[in-house]
Amino acid sequence: MKRTPFYEIHASLGAKLVEFAGFEMPVQYSGIIDEHLAVRSSVGVFDVSHMGEFEVRGANALAFLQHVTINDVARISEGAAQYSAMCYEDGGIVDDLLVYHCGDHYMLVVNAANRTKDLEWLKSHLIDGVELIDRSDTTALLAVQGPKSLPTLQTLTSADLSTISSYHFTRGTLAGVPMLISRTGYTGELGFELYFDADVATCTRAWEEIFRAGKEFGIKPIGLGARDTLRLEMGFCLYGNDIDRTTHPLEAGLGWITKLEKGDFIGRSALVKAKEEGIKRRLVGFELAEKAVARHGYDLALNGSVIGTVTSGTFSPSLGKAIGMGYVRSDLAQPGNLVNVLIRGKAVPATIVKTPFL
Amino acid sequence: MDFPSHLKYTKDHEWIRIEGEFGWVGITDYAQGELGDVVFVELPAVGTTVEQGKAFGTIEAVKAVSDLYAPVSGEVVELNKAVQESPELVNKEPYGGGWMIKMKLSNAQELDELLDAEAYKKLIAK
Repeated sequence: MKRTPFYEIHASLGAKLVEFAGFEMPVQYSGIIDEHLAVRSSVGVFDVSHMGEFEVRGANALAFLQHVTINDVARISEGAAQYSAMCYEDGGIVDDLLVYHCGDHYMLVVNAANRTKDLEWLKSHLIDGVELIDRSDTTALLAVQGPKSLPTLQTLTSADLSTISSYHFTRGTLAGVPMLISRTGYTGELGFELYFDADVATCTRAWEEIFRAGKEFGIKPIGLGARDTLRLEMGFCLYGNDIDRTTHPLEAGLGWITKLEKGDFIGRSALVKAKEEGIKRRLVGFELAEKAVARHGYDLALNGSVIGTVTSGTFSPSLGKAIGMGYVRSDLAQPGNLVNVLIRGKAVPATIVKTPFL
Repeated sequence: MDFPSHLKYTKDHEWIRIEGEFGWVGITDYAQGELGDVVFVELPAVGTTVEQGKAFGTIEAVKAVSDLYAPVSGEVVELNKAVQESPELVNKEPYGGGWMIKMKLSNAQELDELLDAEAYKKLIAK
């Protein structure tokens, strides 16, 4: 199993480690609820170095990315990042990703579990004048998230972090380490994602400096468990749960990144057709009134018939109740509608709500 | 981790404390640690008859759900209302405030099939 450069730190902190996407990753340290609330109220640090980073460069890099991604890459300029996805010809999703415009090249950040698949997919569509380089093994990534992320990190760098707007980044030295400092994240909070060299000594230094700076705010290490509850409270999709090759972006609520008018791209004709025919099902959020938790794969039902599937479900530490997402027939997708989640043979009422849940 | 010697344990990670013909049931320190933050505990109604080794309730943690198995057969005579109101008691006090049901044993000989603290420690060390 692979390990990130922070593995020894996780082990020394007593993290509970699990296999995720071929990596031995921390799922929790002090406990999911404690970590979750630390991010919502103060600041937490996630090691997400398992994620994949690809560099795309060359004269035709933009044309290539316009062809393989669904958002309009021409809309971002140097120093900006964009949430996007790659689709198959039939509109199913290969992966969701971030595209960074780094001036003379682009950086793609993809899900760890999809790294190999994505690389093969991109290679199979490569055109002349484009160079594709996998930087995943040499790139460390820490996400520092929460309202106190800014004061924590600001003491460690001369770059003015308060001027970096959402989905923008700068290059600078932080804790003595050269890095790409990006105002992005997967929690819905103010936060930064830091990309730097995956050398263990460098990583240890960065981690220790960040924790020293955040000590006055009660900074905590955050595992994958709270990463999931934090993203779900925001209604953010997780590949493999809410989106995959059998779902398309329009039904997943990702119409806002699907730029059908930008010109041709892989999956466009299937998505245009789906739109013309009408979206048959939609990804919705729901809340449970009873003391039960819906989980990925449970059925959604109405009047005794199955009408959909739960794609993500958990207990929301911020709301103190169970929340989830799932696909339902479009005519049943309005907020306020009541459906049932089948939990161990019992029909538990669920109210469809708008996302984010908070 | 703590495994008090006055309790009996199951292979499914429940404990039972015996006083006369009654037993109090909860889950072990090891089990609560593996489950993580407990958010709901679903228990049977008072008066329900439970059978040794069969599921009598469920425990929902943030990340996972798990069944509760009866250490011995008998009748549920009391529920711990505090643990239903404050499920985090299972994590904080697995052998104290985190108990779940009190039952009246129907066959005390079943206790012989349970593990003592030493045997349980060996089980989870595997």
